Amino acid sequence: MDWDKLVQLLVNGVTLGSVYALVALGFSMVYGILKLLNLAHGDVLMVGAFIGWGVIGWLGGAQDPNVAVWILIVLMVLAAMAGCGLLGVAIERFAYRPLRRAPRIAPLISALGVSFFIQNSVLLLFGADFRSYDTFDLVDVEVGIEFGPLRVWVVRLVVIGAALAMMVALWLLVTRTKLGKAMRATAIDREAAAMMGIDVDKVIVKTFFIGSALAGAAGVLVGLVFGQINHFMGFGYGLKGFTAAVVGGIGSIPGAMFGGLFIGLAEALSVGYIEDFTRGRLGSAFSDLVVFLILVLFMLLRPQGIFGKPDVKKV
Amino acid sequence: MSANPPEQPRIGVDEWVASAAERRARTVAGRIEEIGERTPAAVKLVALALPFAVFPLLVDSGYLMQVGIDTLIFVLLALGLNVAVGWVGLLDLGFVAFAGLGAYLYAAVASEYAGRHWDATLAIPAIAIAVAVAGFLLGLPSRRLVGDYLAIVTLFFLQIWLVVLINASFTRGPNGISDLHPLEFFGRPVTSLDGLYYVALGAFVLVVAFLYLLNRSRTGRAWRALREDELAAELMTMPVNRLKLMAFAVGAGIAGVAGALFAPVQGAVFPANFDIVILITVYAMVVLGGAGSLVGVTVGAVLISASLEALRGPDDASWLFYAALVVTLVLLVRRPWWMPLAVLGGTIAFGFVVHEVAEQVRPSLVAGVPVGQARIDELVDSWVLLPENIVTADGLPTGAFGRLLYIGFVAAVLALTLIRHRVWRVVCLVPVLYLAAVVWENLLLPQPAVARYVLIGALLVGLMASRPQGLFGRLRVEIV
Repeated sequence: MDWDKLVQLLVNGVTLGSVYALVALGFSMVYGILKLLNLAHGDVLMVGAFIGWGVIGWLGGAQDPNVAVWILIVLMVLAAMAGCGLLGVAIERFAYRPLRRAPRIAPLISALGVSFFIQNSVLLLFGADFRSYDTFDLVDVEVGIEFGPLRVWVVRLVVIGAALAMMVALWLLVTRTKLGKAMRATAIDREAAAMMGIDVDKVIVKTFFIGSALAGAAGVLVGLVFGQINHFMGFGYGLKGFTAAVVGGIGSIPGAMFGGLFIGLAEALSVGYIEDFTRGRLGSAFSDLVVFLILVLFMLLRPQGIFGKPDVKKV
Repeated sequence: MSANPPEQPRIGVDEWVASAAERRARTVAGRIEEIGERTPAAVKLVALALPFAVFPLLVDSGYLMQVGIDTLIFVLLALGLNVAVGWVGLLDLGFVAFAGLGAYLYAAVASEYAGRHWDATLAIPAIAIAVAVAGFLLGLPSRRLVGDYLAIVTLFFLQIWLVVLINASFTRGPNGISDLHPLEFFGRPVTSLDGLYYVALGAFVLVVAFLYLLNRSRTGRAWRALREDELAAELMTMPVNRLKLMAFAVGAGIAGVAGALFAPVQGAVFPANFDIVILITVYAMVVLGGAGSLVGVTVGAVLISASLEALRGPDDASWLFYAALVVTLVLLVRRPWWMPLAVLGGTIAFGFVVHEVAEQVRPSLVAGVPVGQARIDELVDSWVLLPENIVTADGLPTGAFGRLLYIGFVAAVLALTLIRHRVWRVVCLVPVLYLAAVVWENLLLPQPAVARYVLIGALLVGLMASRPQGLFGRLRVEIV
């Protein structure tokens, strides 16, 4: 057994998982409140990654930034969160709100259109080439923390730490603040919440802002770890993030965190071991297949997910 | 029953619902529908197929025949998608994978690579059945899922399908399989464009007839009941799961036929033939025409397929764009009748004023050259701002200015929809229309291949917000 490889894969898995968890949180929050699957969520992440890339270029490029590296990273994350938050609010206002009383399928088709529009707009404005964050210039690969023979690159730790911090902040927001209470109430019963004097529309707008801001931050984190971004990257993250939300139990915040970690680890481990297990017949590209099988299994055996409650249909 | 139905439709009020059919009968659409009801099915089928049948007699260019064949294949795809989306209300996002499966199965039974050569009379029905079975199998794990879950499982399935196609060795990866045999009926190969067109037309007529009868059958009624209210349908003892699986299988089978026709027409199959772009295009076709209506879906598919083709070259694209802009304008400000003319005149005047001012203040803003060569571009050159070097030779914006212009335009369109006051709305429409022309000439026209998909995305969102029933669909009358 190659322990170094296993540990390395676990580290990769946790990094990937914390990104998936951030995406899953956005999905889960919106689904909890609107019972709507925001198919454009992955593309919001992609826009966030592009905003972060723009900030690097604006502040002098990765090789010779005008500000300290940590300030640059914080600015990238903040800019992406603000930009994506506003984008999310706009999507809600113009693509979903007019359809709140329409048949269930209508907002989904609208979401499909939004996703396609955003993707192709970015393609139009930035082209199909991959854009690079040049993270290696920004942070030396050698900088890191040693665990025995293994050195964990500090950027990975930053990503995991940032994701954790945001999840804790979200948890506090939902459980300790008035807005969080309003969000939970709206999720349980929108009409009853409105009768209790909660401005449901405002709660929905704020939920979209927070969820999309998390996706934007995730986009920057993805760019930092993997270095490359393009207009189509959001699709894969959207799918994995949704899978994470379902596995954890859609609508549940700890569920989204746990699901993200689970899917991230599953993907990293299957990337690492799928060739060994199938004796070289399936390459690492087939790790998506493993995630898909997990999704199908959960749909069949436990559709409410690990932390979810069984869905009771209201008549 | 109320003698005076209220002016504004009030959803959820019983008398309004009760008088819905009555009011519908008084509208033009209602009258047309009534005529449709009375015409025998065979006459309707001939009327629908006639324009397609005379098309080859009217054109004599190979390119247009090729476009016609592609359009018919798109129509087949849209008809197949309509079964799940329009009739049953299931959001199947894995649909084009079945078309891909059909195409690859054709490659497996009739190509040099596979070393087999089946007659199309055998291959196409066999492929239809095999793909329908595949649709049934994908439906099995999805059958308990409500709309949203189903959407993501099927979308993920499409992704897996593409991963397999690209990475597996037996599909030859991204290079595809390129030595397919032509379609052969009873030993006679069909290779001419006219021949292929009529084969596709034959498939279209068969599929429409099949779907028409299916929609009128017990199953069709059950599907519609399921779409309207799944719970109620279940209480009426309808086998909900079996019905959903049937819809999946029928839609997949039709997609399989479309794929099996597409493969020999192209002479090759590639993974990229059946990706998300095609999926969303087919969705736009179904939604534009009106999900649930066979005529609507056919018309939607023809419109979108023809527009996509026209948007390839800058000259046709420009005409199409300005025509669409004028149509949008007329739809936005219909009354009084002179209003569209006033706005149009205002926009043209506004453009000349802006152009003149820009020329005086900053000549570089008008120093660019239009992309197209058509006459409209000469007119446009003296009207629209064409800044120098706003895009590179590939059509990508050179700097922040072009990108901000685009984002600003999108924001302006969105903001316009928020203006409630009638007069302000019309006043603000003028600069937005002009801005649309500026963005089109400077940013979209240099990259027509991308621009057309941007427009499809915008069309989907705009349609859903303004007319979710599409051109030919009927708005549901709901009792809340």
